[in-house]
Amino acid sequence: MRISMRHMGDNQVGTIAAIKVAGDLGRRIRDMGLVPGTEIKIQGRAPLYDPVALRVRGAILTLRNNEADLIEVEVDD
Amino acid sequence: MQATVALAGNPNSGKTTLFNELTGARQHVGNYPGVTVEKKEGLYTNDDFQLHIVDLPGTYSLTAYSLEEVVARDFLVNQKPEVVINIVDASNLERNLYLAVQFLEMGVAVCIALNMIDVAHKRGVEINARKLSALLGVPVVPTIARTGQGKKELMDSAARIVQENREFVPLKISYGDDVDRALLEMEKEIETGKFLTDTYPVRWIALKYMENDEQILEKGRLENPELSARLQETVKKVSHHLLETLDTYPEAMIADQRYGYIKSILKQGVIYQKYDPNRLYSSDRIDKVLTNRFLGPLVMLAVIAGLYQVVFTYSEVPVGWLESIFGWIGAGVSAILPDGLLKSLIVSGIIDGVGGVLGFVPLIMFMFFGIAILEDSGYLARVAFMLDRVFRTFGLHGSSVMAFIVSGGIAGGCAVPGVMATRTLKSPRERLATLLTVPFMNCGAKLPVFALLIAAFFAKHEALIMFMITLGAWAGALLVAKLLRVTLIKGPATPFVMELPPYRMPTFKGLAIHTWERTWQYIKKAGTVILGFSIILWGMMSFPALPDSKVQEFETRRQALLNAAPAATIRELENISAATELSREALTLKKQLNSIKYREAETALRYSIAGRIGTGLEYVSRWAGFDWRTNIALVGGFAAKEVVVSTLGTAYSLGGVDPQESGALSEALAKDPGWSPLLALGLIVFTMFYSPCFVSVVCISRESGSWKWGAFAIAFNTLLAFALAVLIYKVGSALGA
Repeated sequence: MRISMRHMGDNQVGTIAAIKVAGDLGRRIRDMGLVPGTEIKIQGRAPLYDPVALRVRGAILTLRNNEADLIEVEVDD
Repeated sequence: MQATVALAGNPNSGKTTLFNELTGARQHVGNYPGVTVEKKEGLYTNDDFQLHIVDLPGTYSLTAYSLEEVVARDFLVNQKPEVVINIVDASNLERNLYLAVQFLEMGVAVCIALNMIDVAHKRGVEINARKLSALLGVPVVPTIARTGQGKKELMDSAARIVQENREFVPLKISYGDDVDRALLEMEKEIETGKFLTDTYPVRWIALKYMENDEQILEKGRLENPELSARLQETVKKVSHHLLETLDTYPEAMIADQRYGYIKSILKQGVIYQKYDPNRLYSSDRIDKVLTNRFLGPLVMLAVIAGLYQVVFTYSEVPVGWLESIFGWIGAGVSAILPDGLLKSLIVSGIIDGVGGVLGFVPLIMFMFFGIAILEDSGYLARVAFMLDRVFRTFGLHGSSVMAFIVSGGIAGGCAVPGVMATRTLKSPRERLATLLTVPFMNCGAKLPVFALLIAAFFAKHEALIMFMITLGAWAGALLVAKLLRVTLIKGPATPFVMELPPYRMPTFKGLAIHTWERTWQYIKKAGTVILGFSIILWGMMSFPALPDSKVQEFETRRQALLNAAPAATIRELENISAATELSREALTLKKQLNSIKYREAETALRYSIAGRIGTGLEYVSRWAGFDWRTNIALVGGFAAKEVVVSTLGTAYSLGGVDPQESGALSEALAKDPGWSPLLALGLIVFTMFYSPCFVSVVCISRESGSWKWGAFAIAFNTLLAFALAVLIYKVGSALGA
């Protein structure tokens, strides 16, 4: 099932399917190692539920929810 | 042999630690030409060679995305360092190699430092450095920057690259059929047109066109607009095709293929991972507590309050020493020099001015030491993570919080280190908005002014008023930040995509170097400008001097008083010592003499340029109910906010009032019919928001890279403060308060 990263629960695991943004933000997202095919795991969220922290290739990255909206993730049902 | 070596790598890869380890104290900090990005240089020497080492800004990539990346790239292209040492975090190899691949694509001579090999080992990651080196075609040296392990081998292999002068052929990766075909086509055009080829490799230019790299597109347009347009046309065709067939963009395709290339290399037996990569490490366990929904904010409050307490309490001691040293020098010079302008210039202008500048030094050192601990340990990134949601609402960034707190978010800070603390912010627009609004916080120097007015008019509600003042400062700062971000500093929020580095124990060497750099920069650059300014301010409050006729007038009055007094009383006053108790007559005479002295000081102040400005401003300031005395005090407050109190003292003929003991002045104000609680409230608000003191203005100008923003802070803040003060006064008067 494909969902946007914002809707993933804590500790949920998935594989990035697509990144729906070009330009600076898209470039930045890719430079940090988020490209299709990458496995991610939601590590947790900030006290106000935004930003979100995720585990990617052994490191922890953070994204705001409106940025996570642009990333589609393939997850198990 | 001599050569230049550039250190490059991701943020948090241990680059700065390695730089410190290689160069020790022999480093020099400056700026890259024309930008506010720091440039650190140093020397590495051993028996056989000497290497000039330049620390490039930490970057994840080599696009034109951020100032840091452009600076790093320009340095490689323009300065042509003989070798680039790329520091990669071994425990995070795949992501770190992304930058390495881009160096290889550029065809620069690269040597890879496989850093933090111990951390990787602990995490169950084994890396075959020899294999990696063979596959990438560049030397790979395992290092542990914190202990210096591998540093000699690393520098030896860098030196070998220089000596062998081996040619590095730009790496060619396949980016998929469509892109590859277009690239080939473009390469031909570039080669025949000799398009930018003096500076850049052919394929790299084509690649950057494909990635829509603004800097290269711009250069291309200048060099050959027609050819540039043709290349862009080719890119457009491919883009269109990719979007239709694969629903992707060329630059996305290129990034994917770079990661694909890295993966294919790592798969050939380079990396062996013992555990599941999602396994929890101690750092994650710490995060479970420190960023927990409930505990996180509590711990954060405790950490910030603790930092604050430690910095402002412990820096008091050395600040006190400096004050006594300068007081002692001032007293010494006063005793030697005869009364007059020269003495006044040296004591009040120069010694007080330099003392004022150096007085901040312990504060800045302590503050930066504290911030360096938070930053190097990785906690600052968590603070930004937790608070981003709040600050983003106002067009700021999670990392803005530190600057606000330091400036007086908890009343009693200082805007000077606050403005300098914005350096930890990497997003330019958010940083500018932060450094323009931190002076609204209630710094330690504004507190005596509040204390004076509260004691005079709101003595019963002291705690409540102080609390309202703190809240008001935050509200004002955040709202103004929002206003700036939708007007002057307009632009979308900088993406928050950032890394939370694992928690690490900071090294003392790193902390010490970090702290010293900041402090020295402050002393060196701000010191010269601030000294000049304080002389100007001194001049404004001393010139023009009272005309002789006026001075004579006061002298006559004094003589008349002395002539009328009995000789015994005068003798008593002349032989005064601290222990003796004066007779009633002597006390009265002393009071009368002082009153003449203070009145003379008041007259002289009013006669000076500052006084005339204050008097002239009455026409306008009447709107807020401020008279010339308040105006002069506020003008003096531009030198330092606590001067407001002492200048008010002089203006009310009470002599220079010590800001710490303003009891007599607050009584005088409370009794004065011209004053009212409403006026006092207006003055409190005005003091909160008006122009930052000039030390802060100098720092704002330096940190924003332009005097324009310093001038803006003076003008905008003063106008805002005045509008608020008028509003309070007019509305309050209308309501009959």
